[in-house]
Amino acid sequence: MKLTGSQIFVKTLREEKVDAIFGYPGGAVLDIYDEFHKSKVKHVLSRHEQGAVHAADGYARASGKVGVCVVTSGPGATNTVTGIATAYMDSIPIVIFTGQVPTPFIGTDAFQEADITGITRPCTKHNFLVRHVSDLARTIKEAFYIARSGRPGPVLVDLPKDVMQAATDYRPLPEVSSTAPTYGAALKRIPAVFDLISKAKNPIILSGGGIILGKASNELREFVQNVKIPITSTLVGLGAFPGTDPLWLGMLGMHGTYYANMAISNCDLMIAIGVRFDDRITSKIDTFAPDAKIIHIDIDPASIDKNVTADISIVSDCKPALQLINKLIRDNQFAIPQYDDWLKQIAQWKTDEPLTYCYSDKVIKSQFVIEKLYELSRGEAIITTEVGQNQMWAAQFYKFDHPNTFLSSGGLGTMGYGFPAAIGAQVAFPDKLVVDVAGDGSIQMNIQELATAIQYNLPVKIVLLNNGYLGMVRQWQELFYEKRYSQTDMSFSPDFVKLAEAYGALGLRATKPEEVESVLKQGLFTPKTVIMDFHVSREEGVYPMVKPGTPIAEMDLGREMIN
Amino acid sequence: MEEKIHIISLLVNNKPDVLARVSGTLGGRGYNIESLCVNVTANPEMSRIVLTTTGDKPTITKIKKQLDKLIDVYQVSDLTEVNSVQRELVLIRMKVTEENKSKITETIDTFKFRVIIMEPDYCILEVTGTPGKMENALAHLKPMGIEDIARTGTIALKRKE
Repeated sequence: MKLTGSQIFVKTLREEKVDAIFGYPGGAVLDIYDEFHKSKVKHVLSRHEQGAVHAADGYARASGKVGVCVVTSGPGATNTVTGIATAYMDSIPIVIFTGQVPTPFIGTDAFQEADITGITRPCTKHNFLVRHVSDLARTIKEAFYIARSGRPGPVLVDLPKDVMQAATDYRPLPEVSSTAPTYGAALKRIPAVFDLISKAKNPIILSGGGIILGKASNELREFVQNVKIPITSTLVGLGAFPGTDPLWLGMLGMHGTYYANMAISNCDLMIAIGVRFDDRITSKIDTFAPDAKIIHIDIDPASIDKNVTADISIVSDCKPALQLINKLIRDNQFAIPQYDDWLKQIAQWKTDEPLTYCYSDKVIKSQFVIEKLYELSRGEAIITTEVGQNQMWAAQFYKFDHPNTFLSSGGLGTMGYGFPAAIGAQVAFPDKLVVDVAGDGSIQMNIQELATAIQYNLPVKIVLLNNGYLGMVRQWQELFYEKRYSQTDMSFSPDFVKLAEAYGALGLRATKPEEVESVLKQGLFTPKTVIMDFHVSREEGVYPMVKPGTPIAEMDLGREMIN
Repeated sequence: MEEKIHIISLLVNNKPDVLARVSGTLGGRGYNIESLCVNVTANPEMSRIVLTTTGDKPTITKIKKQLDKLIDVYQVSDLTEVNSVQRELVLIRMKVTEENKSKITETIDTFKFRVIIMEPDYCILEVTGTPGKMENALAHLKPMGIEDIARTGTIALKRKE
């Protein structure tokens, strides 16, 4: 059967069970879009290519499936780079298809030509330039396989226009076969893990995004309940373990809880699963868990001994490793000690320095908005965030009980991520409550996606913590630059209520604490796109805070702000 | 920890962008490539890249792990650690004058250099050997007036066990 490149493209995406494509058309992908039109593919038209990639990323994080994005050549392709780097840093499986000028024009500085495989080489797991239509189907299959296997990540496939127009004999291909790792050898070290657990007095579990990517949340919960060891998590790992469980310590690191950071700093055993020891959690590396033996379980051998040296390293997908650990516990192979003194100490830290803020009845506190959001959504919403104070407050004050419900740009810290990511999550789950916790700076970075949300009737809610500042940068200027607020005053902003209305969304505003609940109630339960503009305390800071380069046990608890 | 030169040998797909991926992986993480040799293997679909870089053992391990993650890389080995043979090749162009002619001829004989071109006014010599032999040869010829050199990176091959 003779098929054109575009027909093969659509067919292969169907075989990969792609049910939503986020994209933006252009000259080099006209043939692909013509085929989309003919074959009635579900396509979500963004208003900027960056929005399309973040939406594919949000779709992937919320659903656990591979996100797909299609854009044109040149500027279309270069506009995706921030989104690709965002997905790369957090190991999110997406496949980005970029149009390219026809093969005879490649290298001639043709109109809308960009060497996008060259540009994205350092921020993709892998990328391809398809030069022959006969390679197309196999390349697409490989791209999906690479994106989702091992440590996941973005894969870019560059598609020259003539390749998509050319025809070839098409035969369906078998699934990509690979010598899938079995982790058998690594798992042989697991008995040694129990040896350390049985000797430990102050153990702690540190879990990360690898648990969510590896779909190992249930296995993690079983493990924690079996050993009764307190657990903390990285930002990207939130939701893997219930935020309402008594063993939960909250997030650790620069804006981690006092008790999570104290527990890490005083533990004698750290069981780190699916983490890569980012500097935002370790801070001063030689004072990070200084007295601890470290067990590191991660799928990526390059993460082992990269920042923190492990005493026992197990290169494995988190799921089989935890399954084996749980099985050995169930079979009563190992006696699990009680850690009563340690748990008492942690309870003491929790009582001494709980995660808190100073409520005001005069001005809205952002933390209060998040608490109310948690209450009114019963902790069941999918929360996306932008980057900065809004992100940290969402991470601190919303208790995530489920994996795949906290979508945030952890590694790259991309402002403008949250809203398009919420669109992607809402496409994956049309009936779930999806909320973007935003700041007035970040939301303006991809505000154009309001049109996308309205066009597809996506009832995404934006909870806008509007303090008229680039709040986190301002906080650093306050603490480390003697309050010289260089270029962080954002008080010149649009009227967000009118802006929402201009796009056809609902705009609501709260300027006093007593209005917060009613605005949230109305906003969250209106079945359309809503911006809730909360005018919050302007110079509130995120606390606790670990100064960069200092030990995480030395926190600024923001007492002046609290009392 | 002690820093030394390591010879990293990679078996890779013989494709246009593979060298860029390898060099980008090192450069992007701040590791310098000190010498580099690339050529196709007995299997025309595969190439061998031999590069040298300096670092302590943990650094070299990190480099190897990062290279191993590349989809187009099949095998990464540190030939410094195993019993391998190592060679470099250098081409040397020298001015030939009445004064230095006899000295050059003498050095050629002593070091068993290959003479590629010998004209009345200049010559081109070829030297192959271990990196150490290269340094030694160049040091000897330098006082006689080297005009230009072209030197390959180190190539290395594992001995049979």
